[in-house]
Amino acid sequence: MGGRDATMVLLDENGIRCDGRKVDEPRRIMIRAGGLKNADGSAYIEFGDNKILVGVFGPRDVHPKHMSDTDTGILRVRYHMEPFSVGERKNPAPSRREIEISKVIKEALEPAVMLDKFPRTAVDVFIEVLQADGGTRCAALTAASVALADAGIPMRDMVAAIAAGKVADTVILDVNNEEDQAGQADMPIGYMPSLKKITLLQLDGVLTPEEYKKCVDVGVKGCELVYELQKKALHDKYFGKGDD
Amino acid sequence: MDNKRKYVIPGDVVTTGPFRPEQNVILDGNKIISTTIGISEIYDDSVRVIPLTGKYIPKINDLVIGKVISHSSLSWELDINSCYVGFLPAQDVFGRDFSAHADELTSKLKSGDLVAARIANFDRTRDPLVTISDRDLGKIDSGDLVKISPSKVPRLIGKRGSMIQMIEMATNAAVTIGQNGWVVVSCETPEGLLKAKKAIEMINEKAHVANLTDQVKEMLEIKEDES
Repeated sequence: MGGRDATMVLLDENGIRCDGRKVDEPRRIMIRAGGLKNADGSAYIEFGDNKILVGVFGPRDVHPKHMSDTDTGILRVRYHMEPFSVGERKNPAPSRREIEISKVIKEALEPAVMLDKFPRTAVDVFIEVLQADGGTRCAALTAASVALADAGIPMRDMVAAIAAGKVADTVILDVNNEEDQAGQADMPIGYMPSLKKITLLQLDGVLTPEEYKKCVDVGVKGCELVYELQKKALHDKYFGKGDD
Repeated sequence: MDNKRKYVIPGDVVTTGPFRPEQNVILDGNKIISTTIGISEIYDDSVRVIPLTGKYIPKINDLVIGKVISHSSLSWELDINSCYVGFLPAQDVFGRDFSAHADELTSKLKSGDLVAARIANFDRTRDPLVTISDRDLGKIDSGDLVKISPSKVPRLIGKRGSMIQMIEMATNAAVTIGQNGWVVVSCETPEGLLKAKKAIEMINEKAHVANLTDQVKEMLEIKEDES
């Protein structure tokens, strides 16, 4: 599958990508825990040119009441892109894509959060994409997991996420917007690093079985890098900078 | 701090081996994993994590400060700063011979009243049952409400009550601490009240600082000289 005809060179002969990265190099990532006073937990992430803010509320009462579950708490996730987050103004009403990503992120977080401790309650996760540049679902999932930990929701593990992909017949880590548009495959991966379990795996494009395995390996390694940054963000907020 | 204590975040392995998992930890194979941000403590045979964040989860026998939000003809509902509302049955206040016809609930407690209550029963299938029929419990008539994070209540109390005793001694204030993070301060002098409130807020902000007791002491003493 060729993808769209690209005028730009996605991968040059020296193995350097269109934005100057090496094949296994993620974009610059900055995560900050906390920051919102009125939310129970919050996080802000800059993932390359992506800028995402996440607020978490709960556990709290479920409204409408009929949604509550007597056996367990429920998780509700809203992924939303600001009208100014992309080049052309985006209609602020939830689109089909946003509804799907909300569901995907919710299902990627569910294995980690222990909602059975709070029956009849809800945990609400609000994700606002302030600026989008490819790979927002991974960045949003990473930030949501930090915000949930910040809110003190019991979790089995953090969820770190990053995308792997294929561009110019080469497996790469952290697909950016150009590579997503013109590349051959995009595979977002959500991973729980301590439990060594994958919670999110999507694939858009065509890969051979060998490439598929390599993509998963590269993605999992990338998630471990992201996890270190999540850890650092929480340590910075709760235990002061520098010392452990 | 001794080397048994460690800062942990969700997913961190606290320790491995034959320990009993207590608060905020889960057992995965032989690994004990933290489920929250906090400080891990290992005792002779058990492991637990003291949380640094999170909502108040009712525990039986906890003293809480509640605010009356509404009532039916048989019970009151209290906001106890948790994900559940406290349920206070009218019999608890009026006694066994309570009659829904004869007794008016608002004659004892109105919406907005603050009460010191104890969690009588809680099993997560129903809302927590609270009681006010005990010594030191019941409606709070005077004092200021200070809201702090429930996870910082142990810090405010201090080791065997050292921190709160120090504040009470220095300011002559009476402080009632609810485990749910609501604290009522009452004092005869406005200076003492302000000072006590300031000290409590300081503890809320700086709970992770190691020599907090000294800092609070210092703050309380400086103010005393000025006034």
